[in-house]
Amino acid sequence: MSTTTVKPTGTPGGKPAPSELQRARLPRWAPYVIAVGSLAVGSGIGLAADLSSRLQWGLISAILFVGVSYFLAASVEGTRQAKDRLATSLVWVMFLLAVVPLASLIFETVQRGTKVFDGYFLSHSMGVVADDEPGGGIYHAIIGTLEQVGLACLIAVPIGLLTAIYLVEYGRGKLAKAVTFFVDVMTGIPSIVAGLFVLSFWILILGFDFSGWAGAMALSILMMPVVVRSTEEMLKLVPNELREASLALGVPKWRTILKVVLPTAIGGITTGVMLAVARIAGETAPVLLLVWTNPFINTDPFNGPQGSLPLYIYQQYASGTNAGYDRAWAAALALIAFIMILNLVARGIARWKAPKTGR
Amino acid sequence: MAKRIDVSGLNAYYGSHKAIEDISMTVEPRSVTAFIGPSGCGKSTFLRTLNRMHEVTPGGRVDGKVLLDGDDLYGSGVDPVNVRRTIGMVFQRPNPFPTMSIYDNVAAGLKLNGSYKKSELNDVVEKSLKGANLWNEVKDRLNKPGSGLSGGQQQRLCIARAIAVEPQVLLMDEPCSALDPISTLAIEDLIGELKERFTIVIVTHNMQQAARVSDRTAFFNLAAVGQPGKLIEIDETERIFSNPSVQATEDYISGRFG
Amino acid sequence: MDIPTDTPPPPSHVEDAKPTTTEQKRAARGATRPGDRIFLALSRGSGITLLLIMAAVAAFLAYRASIALADNEGSFLTTFEWDPAGALHDGKPYFGIAVLVFGTIVSSIIALVIAVPVAIGIALFISHYAPRRLAAPIAFVIDLLAAVPSIVYGLWGALVVAPNLTGLYSWLDDYFGWTGIFEYQGGAPRSLMTVGILLAIMILPIITNVSREVFLQVPKMHEEAALALGATRWEVIRMSVLPFGRSGIISASMLGLGRALGETIAVATVLSPTFVIQASVLDYGGGTFAQNIASKFSEASEYGRDALIASGLVLFVITLLVNGAARLIIARRKEYSGANA
Repeated sequence: MSTTTVKPTGTPGGKPAPSELQRARLPRWAPYVIAVGSLAVGSGIGLAADLSSRLQWGLISAILFVGVSYFLAASVEGTRQAKDRLATSLVWVMFLLAVVPLASLIFETVQRGTKVFDGYFLSHSMGVVADDEPGGGIYHAIIGTLEQVGLACLIAVPIGLLTAIYLVEYGRGKLAKAVTFFVDVMTGIPSIVAGLFVLSFWILILGFDFSGWAGAMALSILMMPVVVRSTEEMLKLVPNELREASLALGVPKWRTILKVVLPTAIGGITTGVMLAVARIAGETAPVLLLVWTNPFINTDPFNGPQGSLPLYIYQQYASGTNAGYDRAWAAALALIAFIMILNLVARGIARWKAPKTGR
Repeated sequence: MAKRIDVSGLNAYYGSHKAIEDISMTVEPRSVTAFIGPSGCGKSTFLRTLNRMHEVTPGGRVDGKVLLDGDDLYGSGVDPVNVRRTIGMVFQRPNPFPTMSIYDNVAAGLKLNGSYKKSELNDVVEKSLKGANLWNEVKDRLNKPGSGLSGGQQQRLCIARAIAVEPQVLLMDEPCSALDPISTLAIEDLIGELKERFTIVIVTHNMQQAARVSDRTAFFNLAAVGQPGKLIEIDETERIFSNPSVQATEDYISGRFG
Repeated sequence: MDIPTDTPPPPSHVEDAKPTTTEQKRAARGATRPGDRIFLALSRGSGITLLLIMAAVAAFLAYRASIALADNEGSFLTTFEWDPAGALHDGKPYFGIAVLVFGTIVSSIIALVIAVPVAIGIALFISHYAPRRLAAPIAFVIDLLAAVPSIVYGLWGALVVAPNLTGLYSWLDDYFGWTGIFEYQGGAPRSLMTVGILLAIMILPIITNVSREVFLQVPKMHEEAALALGATRWEVIRMSVLPFGRSGIISASMLGLGRALGETIAVATVLSPTFVIQASVLDYGGGTFAQNIASKFSEASEYGRDALIASGLVLFVITLLVNGAARLIIARRKEYSGANA
């Protein structure tokens, strides 16, 4: 390569070096110009070679950008700086690579989803609609999802909260260590495995029918570790002085936890629960195994198959008809909107109720 | 191998907060200049402006001039990477690279600057470790991790790492504050030897240390908390400690405040 | 790794000093009143419930799997067919997971190969490159990516991404088709490669977030050590950030791997499954554990479901091992960095 002597030799370009501290540098605007240039050339190549997908245009532009910046920098600034620039441009490209799918996903869902998304779609079921005819809606699926998620919360939130309280307020020793470890491991259980578990004991062994309740049990297994983790984090943020102040007043420990510790952390705990709800509301696999499906409105989660929003998307997609695709996108839009709203509200609560002592 | 630093009209900021104001001074080559002053007076901040480390802190920014033998560190076209390469630094807490061996720690700066022959590297590592009075203690375990050394040894390893790239100036930010008295003494002796070859600037909380190691001493102070720190005076160490020209310096030296 | 790891626990709850009998234990925890006793029992009971659920998952899956395996005429590990109804074997069940093992591993590896570098890049972008004002919004975008349900990823993957991949696959076939791996015969691009790309996008957030946490924990003084030697930003990252974050990156990747292994509905939506092992990752075909369960479930008999449960048990064990190992690495790292910080 170029300048690799012991002493820095100033500019390698041959211009008179006024000081050994200075170094020839690419102008500040160089990266932008290179970026625009590579985009133009990339698109040009894409057009000329008749490449069908914009993805390839983008990839060619990205490679051009990284390569051109590297070689320009190497010739003007030297190898070390070129490597630095290479790393910088790679990191930028990586970041853009992550933004592209999210942008595309949201754009496509909104664009294709709004086609049949209206009041009728939200307020009607699929009861008498054939796969290939337009019409129908997600009313039954919304009901099913809300009930299943609600029941899952009823199981998972108390167990999750109490487990977190145990770990933070009481837990020492082997049992607590085991619980901590398995909570972590439990977050990694594939949702389909949770579904298979409930299937094996509730439906195959105990002989019950498919129902919203069966789905809710599987969802609660997925929800528990998330609730435990987030609650634990929040309880740990509650300063010990608060507990001691209460205990010193002669308040029993359990009342201290209920009246002092939990209220202090309630904002963060709510956020955690809402994020957990957002996670399970989009789960399809266990619902597929346990709730079966039902195009009609079934408001009783304990009796017979129900609908569910994620499952609805899967089935409308699987029908392979254009009407089905339209409904799938519209339902996906509804589901994403629901989950994003949950996420935003949860974060809003977190910011609003953030413990002042945190951080 | 050693250069003079001329600072004029230097201000440094953290975001909108001005940390030091209007500092002008000259640091003589081949001598030790000590910065003393109460906590928060900006002496460490000032030290970090001398090799452009201040701007690494989020919101950190500087205006004014720092001339290294006439070349402005903050001039246009100056690369901070070259500045730091030319002006070495030793930090308050010893910070050898935890995953590197002793050898690799010393060679780290050299390896950045290009490829070397193995024998060349060996020579530089040995010379630097000898220069840092560490060679005899570590010559048999050069391939062991640097984090296995004692605190004082780690600090001398960091000094060896800094002098291995043959800088013009060596900045030391309270290099002994995390060390025990014996290690401190070893470092102070080392500073005495290093000033034959380098321009040394040392920030210290310990006035006895400033008196022991430095040729010139600069006293920094701030009017009140939240106010920018200022240079009160700089003079021969002997005069600062015996007969300072400013009353505030005498108050500080004699322990009347700070 | 010879840093002492047996650091004492934080002294916040010192009241719990080696009690010997249960009575003492209770007294030590302040659980003498009825209210306290009930509350402790409830909360400890919940913790135990959690452990029991994990044990029950393993036990019930193993029980139902044993029913299926008892009658299986094929070899569960090496048979290349999935025929629990015995349609092709005179009514005798004949099934094995070889194809699923292959498909699951291949798609997960593709996902990791794509996702890990990108995730490290984004994590570095957030921790070291992005302007400070941008860092928080970008982290939020990554969280949004994590919040999108997998069925929506599936729908998008099948109807938007896959049709756009034919060009790329033909190109790969032109230049790398000779390897066999990148052979592409021009069918629907609903292949393991497409699945891998989609999985990569889905596991990106978790790898990014865990790596970012680790990168942000790198002590300032290590970075300044490199900077003061005259290192460029990239050299700082290479000398101090990446070595410090290595174990974090490894465990982050393993958590991502766990997700990829178990992802069901997105794979079932995008893949055109066939029960064969083929060299080409671009041609449609193959299958994964989770996808196979979802696709075959609705038509399976009770015995067929037990067979699917048997494959699910294998998936459970694999993800358990991967996640457990990842968590152990993280836990060890915490102690390590705690001793140094």
